[in-house]
Amino acid sequence: MRDKEHRVTETLERSLDSTLESVDSAEEIAVGAAQRAGFDEDNLMRIGMAVRESMVNAVVHGNRYSDKKKVRLSVVHGPEQLQVTIADEGEGFDFEQLPDPLAPENLMATSGRGIFLIRSFMDEFRMRRLDPGGTEVTLVKYLVSK
Amino acid sequence: MSVKLNTRQVGDVSVVDVAGRITLGEGSSALRDTLRDMVSKSQKKILLNLGEVSYIDSSGIGELVSGFTTVTNSGGQLKLLNLNKRVKDLLQITKLYTVFDVHEDEAAAIRSFAS
Repeated sequence: MRDKEHRVTETLERSLDSTLESVDSAEEIAVGAAQRAGFDEDNLMRIGMAVRESMVNAVVHGNRYSDKKKVRLSVVHGPEQLQVTIADEGEGFDFEQLPDPLAPENLMATSGRGIFLIRSFMDEFRMRRLDPGGTEVTLVKYLVSK
Repeated sequence: MSVKLNTRQVGDVSVVDVAGRITLGEGSSALRDTLRDMVSKSQKKILLNLGEVSYIDSSGIGELVSGFTTVTNSGGQLKLLNLNKRVKDLLQITKLYTVFDVHEDEAAAIRSFAS
């Protein structure tokens, strides 16, 4: 068993189908890595939810469930953080035009809370358009030692 | 099945005991279909018991909101019972906690429905 100063860095990469089953798989993979990294129960829940929401965006909005498109998942954990990257092969979207789900006019909307929740649960969240197409999101959670 | 829904009557209040995962797909669809069916049958007083909900994602939250709107617009009332920490935290983060009438005791929740 390695102590904290020599915690192993783990890298997991998967190419997933654009299905809801892949959403479950990605969440399991990320939470498993987070558990091995030493995150507590509350943070395991937050990481799991953030990865789930990101995968739903990739599968449903990015790749539109296409059996010809894949979602690329990468989970890396080191001594101080867990980083999850999710990339789809969709057409991309305008990051700047996302509605604020907390605005009064949007509060009772039936959708549009995914990215807000990801940002609430993770320490860092970045989005970028891929060339020639697709969107890649990067989620980072810091492991704060007690 | 990812979610189990059991409906029972307590007086004129329909209590829906929800157990499992309310997530995109089977879980959120089942909740949506149940609430729509109840509205179509003119059930006006609906109490969602979420005590056994292990997981809810943004789609599940969306179905709660949609159900609330549908029931309210049809002249009914939809209330929530037994929120666990996860569901409560999500509703608070999304500023929806104060939109819903939330209860921790079923008898009190039943009494709170207007005649």
